[in-house]
Amino acid sequence: MSKPRPGDGHEALLDPIERTGWRFYLLIVLLLAVFGLGVYAYSQQIRQGMGVTGMNRPIWWGVYITNFVYFIGLSHAGTLISAILRIVGAEWRRPFTRLAEAVTVFSLPFGAGSILLDLGRIDRAINVIRFSQFKSPILWDVTALTVYLTSSIIFFYIAMIPDIALLRDRYPNAPAWRRKLYRTLALGWKGTTEQYHRLEKIMGGFAVFLSLVVVTVHTVVSWIFGMTIVPGWHTAIIGPYFLVGAIFCGVAAVAIVAAALRWLMGLEKYLTDKHFDYVGKFLLSLTLAWFYFTFAEYLTTAYGGEPSHMAVFWAKFRDEFSFAFFAMFFFCFMLPLPILAWKRTRTVFGIVVASISINIGMWLERWTVIIPSLARPRLPYPWGAYTPTWIEWAVMAGCFAGLILLYTLFTKVFPVVAIWEVDETFHSPAPAHAVDEPAAAAATGD
Amino acid sequence: MPRWAMVIDLDKCTGCQACTIACRMENNVPFAGHELADAGRAIFWNEVFVHIEGEYPNVKAAITPRPCFHCENPPCVKVCPVQATYKDEESGLVLQRYDRCIGCRYCTVACPYGARYFNWYKPEWPPGTENYQNPDVPLRPKGIVEKCLFCEHRLPIPACVQACSSGARFFGDLDDPEGQVSQLARSPRAIRLLEDLGTEPNCIYLKEGQ
Repeated sequence: MSKPRPGDGHEALLDPIERTGWRFYLLIVLLLAVFGLGVYAYSQQIRQGMGVTGMNRPIWWGVYITNFVYFIGLSHAGTLISAILRIVGAEWRRPFTRLAEAVTVFSLPFGAGSILLDLGRIDRAINVIRFSQFKSPILWDVTALTVYLTSSIIFFYIAMIPDIALLRDRYPNAPAWRRKLYRTLALGWKGTTEQYHRLEKIMGGFAVFLSLVVVTVHTVVSWIFGMTIVPGWHTAIIGPYFLVGAIFCGVAAVAIVAAALRWLMGLEKYLTDKHFDYVGKFLLSLTLAWFYFTFAEYLTTAYGGEPSHMAVFWAKFRDEFSFAFFAMFFFCFMLPLPILAWKRTRTVFGIVVASISINIGMWLERWTVIIPSLARPRLPYPWGAYTPTWIEWAVMAGCFAGLILLYTLFTKVFPVVAIWEVDETFHSPAPAHAVDEPAAAAATGD
Repeated sequence: MPRWAMVIDLDKCTGCQACTIACRMENNVPFAGHELADAGRAIFWNEVFVHIEGEYPNVKAAITPRPCFHCENPPCVKVCPVQATYKDEESGLVLQRYDRCIGCRYCTVACPYGARYFNWYKPEWPPGTENYQNPDVPLRPKGIVEKCLFCEHRLPIPACVQACSSGARFFGDLDDPEGQVSQLARSPRAIRLLEDLGTEPNCIYLKEGQ
């Protein structure tokens, strides 16, 4: 019997870091293959021109810009769960915080990246900084996203320091790169009570800051559309509507990730049925909020009956976009609502079904907000139609594969549940690892 | 600063599209071919739109030639993140910096008149046609936006105005009260497209029905 090591009792979380099976390598190969396909498709676009996509006049923006809004939306869950729920003191958030923040940190690059994929001249992207024109909502986005990405990475990281220190102490014989990684990132964390207090204080401040940023970011994303005079986009509701949609699909994505990790890693001890029930109820309220915004939006348009707006309205309700539109309504509302409302179906499996449905629906929502408005310009001339090409779908698949790939690699290096945050609830109020200053000094030989 | 403006008399326009061809030759607008044109990717700095109204036998074809309107309050200029499209202080024209455009197509989305075009591919010139390129106008690479510049290299006579076979187009300075253009612009027939958007286009149509 070996002597106890730091982190004992959390084997389920630490197992994936210690052992790697063939399934992991298979998954990595599969994801790399899909990602490679996306890279190949994009290289064709670079070589030949944007003409390899299905875009045309007047549908200047397509799958890429839809993905841009979708991925940024996805990223909102992490901040919401770890920052906003932290401020309001919702204790059930604890086992979700890290896995949700990881969704934020790994989906943001693909959101911001989707705008780059859409550029006709990626080689000149730096012009946005060289010749910035802050009247353009694109600059507002660049600014907001830079702040968001930087601050959520910092927030993600500082919340991980106690666990990184735990890994450092638990694996003194790990491979050199791992030891070096943990030692560097742990920043000499000793786990003193004072350090925990300081950490909590910083995280509290960050949580307030990030909550403000999260509202700003998705509102600004919507303003790319809302600030133009394009029918269907030029409404004041677009900001809050996008924000609610972002939180909606983001929380659903976290539910999917949490359920997958619980199943693959056996994390029932951390992510209990009770936790999923909370998420389910939260999603239920977001489903209703989403419906409220959708209803308000379309009733206002239809009642006002302005011709240019009605053209877009009918494009969605009757013409070529009606399938996508009603599919969106089914996936965002009709299917998840009964599953989440009825106690008997609000199981982990039910919540996963509803969450997948919500994510399909929210992608379609971004699609039906962006494309039909472009397809119905104000002037009544013959305009083109849009069918995405395999290039665009391959690039999109590559983005999803890249996101899952980053996430999978992450689970191999760090525990997906914040051990110290979970322990805190078990041993409240003093953190479990907190040791007195002299003891810590003695232990490290200071 | 002059206020360059174009007046198009729709009563005189026959829809012959000589303006489009003259513009194409003058400004090195590349040929598109059927495939690209069908995909909605042909480039026309000056495009003649035909809109059929009503049902047989009460049918009316409305023909609208459309250059860039060089709006006083251009929605495209506001949204450009790199000032690749800008309102020139000297001439008041909405011009393009081809070497700066990043191809985000925000301006093409923002323009309510569909006056902006994107180079989906590297422009191709059928063999022999390179010899007819105008040396005064730069060629544009793939991946950037372009549009009518009111022939700023040959002000004050844009190629379309010169080529118009029925004399339907006029060009001049709106700030010159005695000029033909400002007189026509005061006509009761004078209208501007989508005027309620507040873009204040500097292209005035004289509506049909005189």
